[in-house]
Amino acid sequence: MPMRVIVVQFSGSTCDRDLVYAMKDVMGWEVDLVWYKEAQKHLESYDAIFLPGGFTYGDHLRAGIIAAYTPVMDKVKELAKEGFPVFGICNGFQILVESGLLTGALIGNDTLRFSCKWTNLRVETTRSAATNVAKKGDIWKVPIAHGEGRYFLDEKGLKELNENDQVVWRYVSDDGKITAEGNPNGSIENIAGICNLEGNVVGLMPHPERASESILSPWGSDHGKLYFQSLENYFRRG
Amino acid sequence: MAKFNAEVIIEGKKNARDPEGETIMRDLMIKHGYDMVSSVRSGKILKITLEAKNEKEAEDICWNMVNELRIYNPVAHVCTIKMVK
Repeated sequence: MPMRVIVVQFSGSTCDRDLVYAMKDVMGWEVDLVWYKEAQKHLESYDAIFLPGGFTYGDHLRAGIIAAYTPVMDKVKELAKEGFPVFGICNGFQILVESGLLTGALIGNDTLRFSCKWTNLRVETTRSAATNVAKKGDIWKVPIAHGEGRYFLDEKGLKELNENDQVVWRYVSDDGKITAEGNPNGSIENIAGICNLEGNVVGLMPHPERASESILSPWGSDHGKLYFQSLENYFRRG
Repeated sequence: MAKFNAEVIIEGKKNARDPEGETIMRDLMIKHGYDMVSSVRSGKILKITLEAKNEKEAEDICWNMVNELRIYNPVAHVCTIKMVK
């Protein structure tokens, strides 16, 4: 049985079709792209929920905040608390943070610019639903495309996040080190993606769907595929 | 019921760098001779007009609203509300 997943489409989602392509054509899953007003009726019939990238509601006030207040997110929150796998990529990550499903904040890049480029992601934990086929320390080449991707959390929150093994990926330099050069947006402690305590809710700023086929990468890599393979593995293990 | 005006000011927390404020200070003010400036923090301001019984109630409504609707993100921002004439 192939995985069956739903991609929730909001007003202003722009990476929804890329995500559908990666999961349907590359991974061979059954994927439904569903308008957010319709989506809330069917969410639990899927194996996982995806919130795609984009600029929902024009990023007004703060990226992700308006979408976080749509009724479908009440249902997503309910399911996430029961352990349902929920994944947010880019704007989807911003929505997860603004809805309180993930901790912290994603504020304007320290470059003050929208940034679209390849980054190196170091896998920091393999317990998340999106990294369990990887090895700790693996480096994935995955591109970013965002203006508000600087992860921020206060000292106390960071301590908890680190102690609870919730940092999933960090931006690193080519040699795998945590440096300012490897950090594209000024994220605190170079954090690129995190998960909740249980590991079933995962947010990532870079776009694995844009790195899921070797033709998409200057290095011929397809590291983004590991993200989706991990979910498959997570689901099969139950 | 009367009409009241409120200003909701949203700023980044002190320990979050503010590159916009830094750029304004470094590349505009100091470069153009205003070297007496030692700090600039940028932020967002929402000017709100609302109806309430009195100013106290108007301010309370604003606070409830900004907290309930997460008009600011308490992880990254501090919020102040000023009632204005």
